[in-house]
Amino acid sequence: MSGNTDLIEALQTLEEEALQAVASAAESDQLEALRIQYLGRREGRISGILRGLGGLSPKERPAVGAEANRVKARVQEALEARIASLEAGSGADDIGDVDLTMPGALPWRGGRHPVTQVIDELWAIFRSLGFTRARGPEVETDWYNFVALNTPLDHPAVDEADTLYLKNGLLLRTHTSPVQIRIMEAHEPPIRIIAPGMVYRRDTPDATHTPGFFQLEGLVVDEGITFIDFKATLAEFARRFWGPGTEVRFRPGFFPFTEPSAEVDVKRVITLPDGTTEETDWLEIMGAGMVDPAVLENVGYDSERYTGFAFGMGPARIAALKYGVRDIRVFFENDIRFLNQFAQP
Amino acid sequence: MNISFQWLKALLPGLTESPEEIGETLALRGAPLEDLAYLAPGLDGVVVGKVESVDRHPDADRLTVCLVDTGSDSVQVVCGAPNVQAGECYPYAPAGVTLPNGMTLKAVTIRGVESNGMLCSEAELDLGPDADGIMALPGDLEPGTALAPALGLDDWLLDVEVTPNRGDLLSHSGVAREVAHSGSGEVTLPPVPGSRGNPWAETEDDTSLTSGPGGSSEATVPVHTAESEASGGGVTVRIEDPERCSRYLGAVIRGVKVGPSPAWLASRIRAVGSRPINNVVDATNYVLMELGQPLHAFDLAKLGGSAIVVRTARDGERIRTLDGEDRKLESEMLAICDASEPVAIAGVMGGADSEVSSETTDILLECALFDPKSVRATRNALGMSTDASYRFERGVDPEGMELAVRRAVEIILATAGGVPDPAVLDACPRPWAGLSVSMRPSRVKTLLGITLSKAEIQDLLSPLGYQVINGSEADDSLTFAVPGFRSYDTLREVDLLEEVARTYGYDRFPADLGPFRPGTVPDHPLFRLEDDLRDLLVGEGFLEAQNMAFSPEAEGVVEVSNPVSKEEAWLRTRILPGLVRRVEYNLARGVRDIRLFELGTVFQAGAATEDANKGPGEPPVAPEEEARVALAVTGARSPIHWRGEPLDVDLWYLKGLLGRLGACARVKGLGVEPGAPAGAPVVEGEGFTLVGEGGQAVGFAGSLEPGNVDAPAWAGPVWILEISLPAEPSPRPVPLYKPPPAFPGVDRDLALLLPRGMAAQRVESVIRETAGPLLVDLAVFDLYEGEGIPDGHRSVAFRLRYQSGERTLTDQDVEQSVTAVVDRLREELGVEKRG
Repeated sequence: MSGNTDLIEALQTLEEEALQAVASAAESDQLEALRIQYLGRREGRISGILRGLGGLSPKERPAVGAEANRVKARVQEALEARIASLEAGSGADDIGDVDLTMPGALPWRGGRHPVTQVIDELWAIFRSLGFTRARGPEVETDWYNFVALNTPLDHPAVDEADTLYLKNGLLLRTHTSPVQIRIMEAHEPPIRIIAPGMVYRRDTPDATHTPGFFQLEGLVVDEGITFIDFKATLAEFARRFWGPGTEVRFRPGFFPFTEPSAEVDVKRVITLPDGTTEETDWLEIMGAGMVDPAVLENVGYDSERYTGFAFGMGPARIAALKYGVRDIRVFFENDIRFLNQFAQP
Repeated sequence: MNISFQWLKALLPGLTESPEEIGETLALRGAPLEDLAYLAPGLDGVVVGKVESVDRHPDADRLTVCLVDTGSDSVQVVCGAPNVQAGECYPYAPAGVTLPNGMTLKAVTIRGVESNGMLCSEAELDLGPDADGIMALPGDLEPGTALAPALGLDDWLLDVEVTPNRGDLLSHSGVAREVAHSGSGEVTLPPVPGSRGNPWAETEDDTSLTSGPGGSSEATVPVHTAESEASGGGVTVRIEDPERCSRYLGAVIRGVKVGPSPAWLASRIRAVGSRPINNVVDATNYVLMELGQPLHAFDLAKLGGSAIVVRTARDGERIRTLDGEDRKLESEMLAICDASEPVAIAGVMGGADSEVSSETTDILLECALFDPKSVRATRNALGMSTDASYRFERGVDPEGMELAVRRAVEIILATAGGVPDPAVLDACPRPWAGLSVSMRPSRVKTLLGITLSKAEIQDLLSPLGYQVINGSEADDSLTFAVPGFRSYDTLREVDLLEEVARTYGYDRFPADLGPFRPGTVPDHPLFRLEDDLRDLLVGEGFLEAQNMAFSPEAEGVVEVSNPVSKEEAWLRTRILPGLVRRVEYNLARGVRDIRLFELGTVFQAGAATEDANKGPGEPPVAPEEEARVALAVTGARSPIHWRGEPLDVDLWYLKGLLGRLGACARVKGLGVEPGAPAGAPVVEGEGFTLVGEGGQAVGFAGSLEPGNVDAPAWAGPVWILEISLPAEPSPRPVPLYKPPPAFPGVDRDLALLLPRGMAAQRVESVIRETAGPLLVDLAVFDLYEGEGIPDGHRSVAFRLRYQSGERTLTDQDVEQSVTAVVDRLREELGVEKRG
């Protein structure tokens, strides 16, 4: 009986020892060594006890044998669990004295307004194409907003502008085009500018209209500027902004201050969430044209000598297309949760 | 402009393009589609049914049992409509048809009587609002014909966007001309069903009414009387204002029978979205839609003195127009009058009193040419716009008038009968002389960048109706006769060049980016400054907001006279109120930590200057525009973190930001002074003023007075800041390189006892003045009051850093300076060193 009890006790001690060793092992190499140490066929200590069963009486043998098998299975199980837990990385982590997995301290994320970000992108492209930035007042006269731009006040085109007038007869500029006039009055050619700025129209707010919105004007005037330069510059811009593979289409339009006038459309290739690509419909992105000689004459330029082109686009509309915003009024809500989507990373 | 595809096809029999393809063609010709819709999407399977007999339902008072001739068959239908009559035609939907409301019909038994299909109302077919009875159809329809084509609804409506310069596209023939250019053949007017021919075309001496759109201006028109007056058959037409009405054609038809239009005419009218009225009015509307020439039919019997006088209205004259409105005319409006009073507003709308009605027997058909600006001014003053005024404003073809009259008379004779007076009254004080415009082929190269020969230019323009008048190969000149329908916007060489580019095709031009010269306009420095401010604030964790400049009256001094919203009819004088409203918006959505900034324009009352505004008259005083930066912030300075509560935004953060932004905004003579400027909505004792050159306040920061923000109880104080930016900022300062000191610096801490009322800033100035050139940095690092400090004093501790670029400093160097500082502080300010 005694041999029997001793062996069972020895087995249980061995079990405890083995389980502790397994629990504190942190690497799979150590576990492999432990497996050999306890369960190894030749030198394993539990195997050793099993081998010693031969010295027991047949009566004692089953009880010890059963216990030995139980311990063997238990240690085996602990080893496997530990290996699995090490692989999964869960359970007790070796984190040292300081848990470096705790979150770091972060400053707030700031961000430019999404429409500003579009203007920034537009500026970066036009800057690389040799443009500088110009600005002009938001309150204008009929002269700068219409007449100098070859738009007589009794022309139906004035209706389309839906002008907001001040009590004193001045107006809120309906487009950034008056900057063209002011810049040409103050400078000699070559002119190569863009003019981003706020413009105003008497539009009731809806998903695609707000009574105030940003516009970005462009103007190029020099000797020898032709319709080809006009197309080339704007097509280059469109491909850089909307990405390679973008198709650009110019079709006839009407603006009193350009002739020939054009509407510029792009057809983009967009990548869907599942990785496939899709071609969009034609999207109207700007109005443009060759500067009307009457405009050049109005600022005292010789329209025989100089030619040029002008263009205008709406950064908020572009931002809406780019970011998938379906109602441009959100750009003026200034909801922190909205702005945060466009904040710095 | 509503264009019916079928109508277009009638004008262009060679048309093979689909409605979608026409849309594409028109887009590339400068008139894209805003919309394209099939007119009768739910009429598949619905046919014309003729009711042969109507019997009472044996078992229901309100139902009838009808036998309906469906063309191929005679079927029994149970009908609930009160207006069903034997012998009449109605829409019949057989079993199996799905109505626009989604219902699929089946053969059913209604109270024991079998019913196969249904007779339909307008509403059931989605053709109109009428749901009270079944839809009566014109009697001349063949039973069994499909309903959609029978009603002229097997058609697409093309909503063409027409730019203001292209009045010539405001008609089917105008659009057909543009489409024809892409190779769909000639535009021809479809024959008028039941036409009795044209009375004037058949007599020798009156054949001169020209035919075909775009007829040559060389064609002469018989002027039946003296220049501005014409009379005949007891009717007189007189133009008293030839400037605004250059020509007036009046055709008299007697003995007409006014009634409903035949199906072909009614369906054309319906196809473009209008309602048929009667055969005479529909004929004039038809011609308006087909040729773009507005016409008007008067009841001749209602014209006093059987006269038409085209004259300016007399102040106070009134007219009730066709829309039932009583309108007061003014002296600058052009009116069509009879012998005594106005009967129409020229080019805008006719009068109700002389309207053609079912009693009318004799009519006078007006076809006149009015000055676009006059019509525009009149309709603007009256606050109305009509199909006619819309076209006159954009220019009606002076060469198309005769054709329009001929066409309208032919249709009226065919549909309403009657006998025309032998001659059209033609008052024409200013006959159309035609228009010719010259261009230099060399300008094609200069402006468009491509080289085209004279022949090529001619080939591009002649299909559009421009006829070359002269152009020898030798000189650089081509002269074109401009067709009347383009005579309003083809006036200059550049207009012809645009036509060349448009017809050549914008897509055919190369797009090779060539070299360019740099411009003479410097980058405006305010943009760079704004970018610097954005960088600084974004780095501080602020989000940029954008607001419009509209504000309530309390926040503005410049008023908009026609505002979008009466509540915001002014222009802001400060950015902050609008920005604080955005803070409120976010607080209301439970956001506690808010950091918003905005860059924008504010508008102050302007001072009269000698601003050289061009244009007529004295320029009014412009408001003074100023660019500003503002911010509003509340809550924590950083996100929550496990090491402890983050600091909240406070006074000192704001003060620091104010100085930093001031420097970034390149404020000259920058200083931050305690106390907010008068009028700033800042809590007393919790504000600062940013001063510039001469001590002028250019900005402020502080804690927003709680009364100025609608905030929930849990919200913290809102901190605000606003700075005016210089209109012409000086360039960014250029740092001048100094080698970093090679020798170590020495720090000395100096705790000083400041008596009550003494500003730390004064002490700081004295230290800086006294310490000498070796002092390179000075900072306050501690403030202490209480035990160990004499009553009425506080201890402010400064850290002085000494450093030399030439040698390692000795204790003696530093001691000497510190002693001088301490001595001077004691002598000058009575400030002692803390013991």
